[in-house]
Amino acid sequence: MMMRRQPLAAGVLGPTDRAVLNRLQDGFPLDDQPFATVGAELGLTEQEVIDTVMRLRDLGAITRFGPFLDAAAMGGAFCLCAMAVPEERFEEVVTLVNAHDAVAHNYQRDHALNMWFVLACDRPERITAEADAIEAETGLAVLRFPKLREFFIGFRVTA
Amino acid sequence: MLDAIDRKILKATQGGLPLVPQPYAEVAKWLGLAPEEVTRRLSAMQETGVIRRIAVAPNHYALGMVANGMSVWDVADDTAETLGEQVGALPFVTHSYLRPRALPQWPYNLFAMIHGSDRAEVEAHRADIRAILGDALRSDDNLYSTRILKKTGMRLQGDG
Repeated sequence: MMMRRQPLAAGVLGPTDRAVLNRLQDGFPLDDQPFATVGAELGLTEQEVIDTVMRLRDLGAITRFGPFLDAAAMGGAFCLCAMAVPEERFEEVVTLVNAHDAVAHNYQRDHALNMWFVLACDRPERITAEADAIEAETGLAVLRFPKLREFFIGFRVTA
Repeated sequence: MLDAIDRKILKATQGGLPLVPQPYAEVAKWLGLAPEEVTRRLSAMQETGVIRRIAVAPNHYALGMVANGMSVWDVADDTAETLGEQVGALPFVTHSYLRPRALPQWPYNLFAMIHGSDRAEVEAHRADIRAILGDALRSDDNLYSTRILKKTGMRLQGDG
């Protein structure tokens, strides 16, 4: 499914949508009936919470609901990579790069280095292998920016 | 380290938890495991940090945060750690990292991702970061994303 890039119209998200979206960014319980647990906190029934998550998904207000993995903690690694892709080859190169399962996200950016993607591998030696394979397939250099230090991951927004 | 059953559980859930009243029992049924084993293993993986958290990923664009800037800064190495700490603590910075430079093409070592409802808001936030970096800042740039080409999150590879 293509990810939605347009803002939802004002009023599409109601108070229940916002409450569930905010609450579920903080973490989901690991108990037998977690939707019921969250519902009890928010004054909603189990089914209302489930229906709201489905609605948020169908609206494109969320992109995913599940475990967020840390490659480094699994003994693997993430690596931010960048390429300078000639404009006329851009679509071809997107296809080649995205075909790699190790490419977790990929963004076009307005810079000479116009393609930025993250390799996420559960084995660190695969980072080099994947980046080298992309260089071989595209004939373009893949600059590698592994993280030396991470300061904060507070990737949450108030809906 | 993860064993084969942990990996099976992660593979079964990385595309999303089932939206049913007992999602972990459902995953257990798929895999032929006891429900308690699924929750026990998920909980252990949260403790070791393999799973950062189980949560929703908001779509910033749908929520009106349509301007997304990767701000990048060339900061003197001896102060980069301390200043990076301060930049990372800013509420509008969603990810922040120190990374190696790739000279001569790329002189920047501090990356701070900024989300805002428009570019003016992102630019105002850049000014805040510039003020923190002060004399340690040598040059900077900001790369707006113009298109999301892929966003699947991390996937386990192979069958292991």
